[in-house]
Amino acid sequence: MTLSTSILLIIALAPLAGCLLAGFLGKAIGRAGAHGATILGVAVSCALSFWVLYQLVWGGAPVYNQNVYTWFEIGRFSASVGFLVDRLTAMMMVVVTFVSLLVHVYTIGYMADDDGYQRFFSYISLFTFSMLMLVMSNNFMQLFFGWEAVGLVSYLLIGFWYKRPTAIFANLKAFLVNRVGDFGFLLGIAAVLYFLGTLDYGTAFASAGSLVGRTLQVTQNTHWDAATVICVLLFIGAMGKSAQVPLHVWLPDSMEGPTPISALIHAATMVTAGIFMVARMSPLYELSDGALSFVMVIGATGALFTGLIGIVQNDIKRVVAYSTLSQLGYMTVALGVSAYAGAVFHLMTHAFFKALLFLGAGSVIIAMHHEQDMRYMGGLRKYMPVTWITMWIGSLALVAIPFTSGFYSKDAIIEAVGASHRWGSGYAYFCVLAGAFVTALYTFRQMYLTFHGKERFVVVHDHGHGRHAHDHAHGHAAAHGHGGADAAVSPEEHPSDEPGHGEPGVLHHPPKESPWVVTLPLVLLAIPSLLVGFLTVGPVLFGGWFGQAVRVEEANDVLGELAREFHGATAMALHGFWSLPFGLVVLAFAITTYIYLFNPALAGRIKRALKPLYVVLDRKYWFDTVYFAVFARGGVALGRALWKGGDAAVIDGALVNGSAGLVERIAAGMRRLQSGYLYHYAVAMILGLVLLLGGYWLIGQNGQ
Amino acid sequence: MITLSHYIVFGAVLFCIAVAGLFINRKNVIVLLMAIELMLLAVNTNFVAFSRFLGDVSGQVFVFFILTVAAAESAIGLAILVLLFRNRDTINIAEIDDLKG
Repeated sequence: MTLSTSILLIIALAPLAGCLLAGFLGKAIGRAGAHGATILGVAVSCALSFWVLYQLVWGGAPVYNQNVYTWFEIGRFSASVGFLVDRLTAMMMVVVTFVSLLVHVYTIGYMADDDGYQRFFSYISLFTFSMLMLVMSNNFMQLFFGWEAVGLVSYLLIGFWYKRPTAIFANLKAFLVNRVGDFGFLLGIAAVLYFLGTLDYGTAFASAGSLVGRTLQVTQNTHWDAATVICVLLFIGAMGKSAQVPLHVWLPDSMEGPTPISALIHAATMVTAGIFMVARMSPLYELSDGALSFVMVIGATGALFTGLIGIVQNDIKRVVAYSTLSQLGYMTVALGVSAYAGAVFHLMTHAFFKALLFLGAGSVIIAMHHEQDMRYMGGLRKYMPVTWITMWIGSLALVAIPFTSGFYSKDAIIEAVGASHRWGSGYAYFCVLAGAFVTALYTFRQMYLTFHGKERFVVVHDHGHGRHAHDHAHGHAAAHGHGGADAAVSPEEHPSDEPGHGEPGVLHHPPKESPWVVTLPLVLLAIPSLLVGFLTVGPVLFGGWFGQAVRVEEANDVLGELAREFHGATAMALHGFWSLPFGLVVLAFAITTYIYLFNPALAGRIKRALKPLYVVLDRKYWFDTVYFAVFARGGVALGRALWKGGDAAVIDGALVNGSAGLVERIAAGMRRLQSGYLYHYAVAMILGLVLLLGGYWLIGQNGQ
Repeated sequence: MITLSHYIVFGAVLFCIAVAGLFINRKNVIVLLMAIELMLLAVNTNFVAFSRFLGDVSGQVFVFFILTVAAAESAIGLAILVLLFRNRDTINIAEIDDLKG
């Protein structure tokens, strides 16, 4: 059994076809046509991806690695479009298309009232295509194409509600921060081409060994190890895309986009592209302990410190966003200790439960009429049981309760970091342990604030009529004022929204469970969130499931060490009940339960008592402030200097107006000669004549 | 004995007087016209002198042409002068400086 090129082509191109249909013919095919076409495209992709995975894992198909199209050729260098499909790719394809499919379905409900319905479907299908090109690529050029394409779609979707200034600010920020990372990434690709002479994965990895001992001369006496340079540069790209400290600042702001996008792009798939990329490049990373230490320290910092910010957030989506940052940190730490399989495994389980949490948060937001502030929620569990239960499942997976899928991946990462002896692993171990505690704190806090405790919103049943449209519009504008990401509701659709809708915490219907297109994806994501870890941990994590796709040096193989103590998924989970991370989770559970269920006033008192710490977290360690002051202001100042100094002064002032001014001044001098008196002209003529004749006379004399 | 050089010097003197007339006169356009006529006469004197000296009569033929053209020119010049005076009520050169930059 072998993989056929045509099936792989269909997998990649079906979402593109859906995207083009919905994008260019959106008006003609209408709303149903748009979601029908794109869902069909992604469903075909998803089904075939499962088939490819089946063929690879159970059908014994060999790894597919072929070029299918020559993109361009420059001299000896030729860039192709090709596919490398091994188990790592197949797993990513399944995760991407599956989550994407569910998000497509969910979007039918979430975007039901939005004017940009077809545009939205077109964008998310384009995203699926781009992401598939990224993961299926067999060379660095195509990887870079996919990398930039998902960045573009991310930009388009964060700014989906382009009339909202905050959304435009957020998408610009995401784009600019990603440019920083992409610059490093591009340099990394250039370095690969420089040292290895090829951009094809297979050839490059086969000759990776030749990098050992080669150096890049930076200055006279500074030589940098080639592998380290390549890996660090490539990882800078991953830092941008996967939102690692210090390039993480764009991810929380990306929550300005619609919630399905937060789930698909900014939690489940796109932001994990960096993790996937590093895992794919494992043959290169294994050559450089320094680069891996760098990766680990960056990841560990992100895992703990961004999680801490999540504790003080009030916006339900932002809590999940900071949680995503923290979990991406975990994956990065796993990469840093050479536990590539652990990172990718966590990537997969995280994709399920984080997409679930985001879609659940979206469901809550719909029910609360686009109120995102958790301070005005509470007690929602009796209104929306499906969302409640599925979100608890997602939360339990996130905090790594044994037997959930999150447990297997996260516990393995913590254990792997503990087993590693790489420089910085002590710090990383502390971060991931403390991170487990922090994760539990913000997750339980979020669940309690949203679904439990007293209702902190009021339902007003006053069905007066007559001032609806105007008041609604007014109230809606106010609702946007506190940074909510909704706008999926247009005034006509909610005729019963009353004056005062803009006041936070005042609703006009009781919240109700979302329609089936919203809850079905929640249920379908809850199942893998619970089970996928239990079913796959043995082979994927400890069984060398990825084969040749991931290369780990003997000395770095921490997962191999752990595998010797692994006696089945059940034993691992049972052992998990007695481990330190679980103890921390239970402690966090006890603390949050006491505070938010029994003594809500305590939260405020703790906040006041730890005021300085709260301010630090609330200000997000001043990253944004510093970036704004240094880079944004600096950029503006530089631009202003070039504008005033370069353009206005030199080009306009000196060159354009300056030359004109010079002519004018000369002319003003010459003008004095033009007295207008006839005899002056006559003198000039006679003088000229005399000079002319005199000249001839002199020349004639000399000539003789 | 009057030689060629006497005529040439005489022509040069006439010419210089005419140039001086152009420069020094700052009042009257008629004087300007007269000075120009004087220049032409200086040239004519040279033509006649060289014609006689070289025994070639064509120089004297040229003089007739020049005299004819000068007469026509003076007529036109005087006509312009009349129009100028009619339009501007003056023939003072100092006041005619429309070309002043």
